[in-house]
Amino acid sequence: MRIFRILLVGNPNSGKTTLFNLLTGLRARTGNYPGITVECRAARIEIDGILVELIDLPGTYSLSARSEEERIAIREILKNTPPSPDLALVIADATALERHLYLLVQVLETGLPSILCLNMMDEARAQGLKIDLATLEKSLGIPVVAIAARHGEGLEGLKQAIASSIRLGLPVPKDPPLTLHPRLEQALDRIEKAIDASLLPQRAGRARRALARWLLLSVGEDELSEIPPTLRALVASEEKQAFEDGLALDHALISARYAWIDTILKQALAPPSFHSSTTERIDRFLTHPLWGSLAFMTAMFFLFQMLFKGVEPIVSIIETLVSLTQSWLRHILPPGPLVELLANGVVAGVGNVLVFLPQIAFLSFFLAFLEDTGYLARVAFVIDRLMGAIGLHGRAFIPMLSGFACAVPAILSTRTIENRRDRLLVMLTIPLVSCSARLPVYLLVIGILFPPGTSVFGLEAGALLLFGMYALSILSALGAAYLLRHFLLRGPRPPFLLELPPYRWPDLRNLLRVVFDRSWAFVSNAGSLITAITVVLWALLHLPWNAERERWFEQRLAEAKVISDPFLRSERIDQLVRERAEERMESSFAGRLGQMIEPLIAPLGFDWKIGIGILASFAAREVLVSTLGIVYGAGEEAEAKDIQGRIRQSKRKDGRPALSALSGISLMVFYLFAAQCMSTVIMVFRESGSWRWALLMVAYMNSAAYLASLLVYQGGKLLGFE
Amino acid sequence: MSAAEALTLEALKEGEEGIVTAISAPKPLRVRLLELGLLPGTRVRLLRRAPLGDPIEIEVRRTRLSLRKSDAARVFISIPKSQGASP
Repeated sequence: MRIFRILLVGNPNSGKTTLFNLLTGLRARTGNYPGITVECRAARIEIDGILVELIDLPGTYSLSARSEEERIAIREILKNTPPSPDLALVIADATALERHLYLLVQVLETGLPSILCLNMMDEARAQGLKIDLATLEKSLGIPVVAIAARHGEGLEGLKQAIASSIRLGLPVPKDPPLTLHPRLEQALDRIEKAIDASLLPQRAGRARRALARWLLLSVGEDELSEIPPTLRALVASEEKQAFEDGLALDHALISARYAWIDTILKQALAPPSFHSSTTERIDRFLTHPLWGSLAFMTAMFFLFQMLFKGVEPIVSIIETLVSLTQSWLRHILPPGPLVELLANGVVAGVGNVLVFLPQIAFLSFFLAFLEDTGYLARVAFVIDRLMGAIGLHGRAFIPMLSGFACAVPAILSTRTIENRRDRLLVMLTIPLVSCSARLPVYLLVIGILFPPGTSVFGLEAGALLLFGMYALSILSALGAAYLLRHFLLRGPRPPFLLELPPYRWPDLRNLLRVVFDRSWAFVSNAGSLITAITVVLWALLHLPWNAERERWFEQRLAEAKVISDPFLRSERIDQLVRERAEERMESSFAGRLGQMIEPLIAPLGFDWKIGIGILASFAAREVLVSTLGIVYGAGEEAEAKDIQGRIRQSKRKDGRPALSALSGISLMVFYLFAAQCMSTVIMVFRESGSWRWALLMVAYMNSAAYLASLLVYQGGKLLGFE
Repeated sequence: MSAAEALTLEALKEGEEGIVTAISAPKPLRVRLLELGLLPGTRVRLLRRAPLGDPIEIEVRRTRLSLRKSDAARVFISIPKSQGASP
């Protein structure tokens, strides 16, 4: 049975995604367009006995493109190798028809059979707009359907229109009767003749002409690949010649399209004077210098509070479930390497994945809520000035801010940044923002070096140091953004042209849908890799398994268990367990590796025990705390205070303290810069679509970490600190 | 170029209207602005400036757009007669 492919085309705020969700329910598959990290959603459904595949194209104001991501729409529409599209469903906001019809005109020019779907009809009615559907159908020459997707209104009519269009054999729409300047026609003819098979294999007529128009508007200071240089040169010379004759070709084409739209709307639309009073009233408050800034800060504070504290109960439920599963495994299986692999490798790995979900779900919900209400555009509007100072777009603010909680959801949330270069830039700098996993590391070291009460200039030394860490982290993230923008991700800064859509009440189903999609994207893209690496890390930290020593400890433990004095008994058992953990770790691959890298990290003020901690932190930075607990003999489950006490009293082989003030600060600086967290690295790999960017991030962050720590330690020593 | 011709969208006051006369910008920005409907002859109104002064919000063809001051300075406008000469 034939499957008809329907492309959903529309402006970013046309309600396209709501309609897609409404038509497809939960059947959508989410993937990426080949080669580019732009989400592609598609679903198969049945309409009136006809099997159709709906493809949700990225929201766009126009088909013209300056980058490969923007080119997706025209590529999919003109695609003539199977599976090629059969029908375009163009969604337009009925309250802003002039602008939204512009996109439709471009689609009609290609000759692809189309249906116009006027969305937000409820709002149009409320504004007193009168749209004459019959006249619109007649002048456009295609079926026009009115809906209100948020209320599910008009859905049946839309399905019928799709079905009958297919049954009628998908009639090709009439060519938009644009009045083109003769000079423009000639230029387009010459461009059309020069289009070769590499851009558009075997398709003639309308599609070729549409492509010529597309080239005229798109080529020039663009970042499109695959456009043959001869064609580029031709477009440029046509433009130049026409300009010398006093005609701007791009302007001539665009105004011809708008002229046709104006003619149609003069007959089909009875417009009242435009004012969306509700939106204007809300905006007067939400973009007000004082109230707007306060509202903005309140929203961001709420986000912060939720990411740090709000999700905590759910995280602790997940952690409890993981540890219950681990105890259960230890209970039903005999002690040995197998049970350790299952419990501390596989189960811990799955836990490492699940533990991110509450933050991811919350952040996706929050962002989708802001996006759907229209406030996200205002956030960018309010903060763009500040972000612009370091070469970033206002849209980058929330992902960067979320980085303070955790880089993983923050990187996932960069999907709201449209421009690929901007998105990469934000992705690569987010991990420098001090996330919540660094906090336990900072606190551990500060607790060892400066017990509460230590003061400098009358200020609490620990607090001062912690503040310094966060300030340094913000500065380094901004600095890295600046450097990346100016050296690696150079290029024209995309113009900040943002539509400020009317405020609307969001549709809950839509929000939940986004939460589900993002969470699933994380689990399916990153989940298996995170679990696998956790297992590998477990193996590094626990193998080789020394059966003889394990038996020895089992025997000693059995002996200890029969000691009659309960105090002595538990004391002895604790000691044995601590010693076993310490010995296991020191003789493990990671332990040996830590000793091997000691010469490398000694200039930073670290010994091999800290080396093991750094290696183990690849699982997550806070693992440093428990790892140091084990190697300094405080046991696996020790409280931070015990660990701090142990480390404070410990000496290195040469008799110096295990962690001097200077090497402690050096360690904090190292953690501030280093790219250690595997989940972050995996996220950057998945979301950027290549290992290149992930490795680049690891390389630049770790070089910065090494150099910064070296500077702190060696510089400090030169200044006479210890 | 006379002073009246050099008036740009960036220089409008809040609530003031203008009519686009020309756009002088690199091609990507020019095409984008034209496609969003800022064609010569189109009426635009400056709604407000962001709290930090940049970007600005304008109303054009029934939609609200936000653009940076540096980009708005490339959109030349004239003041419609009905509004009279601005003070």
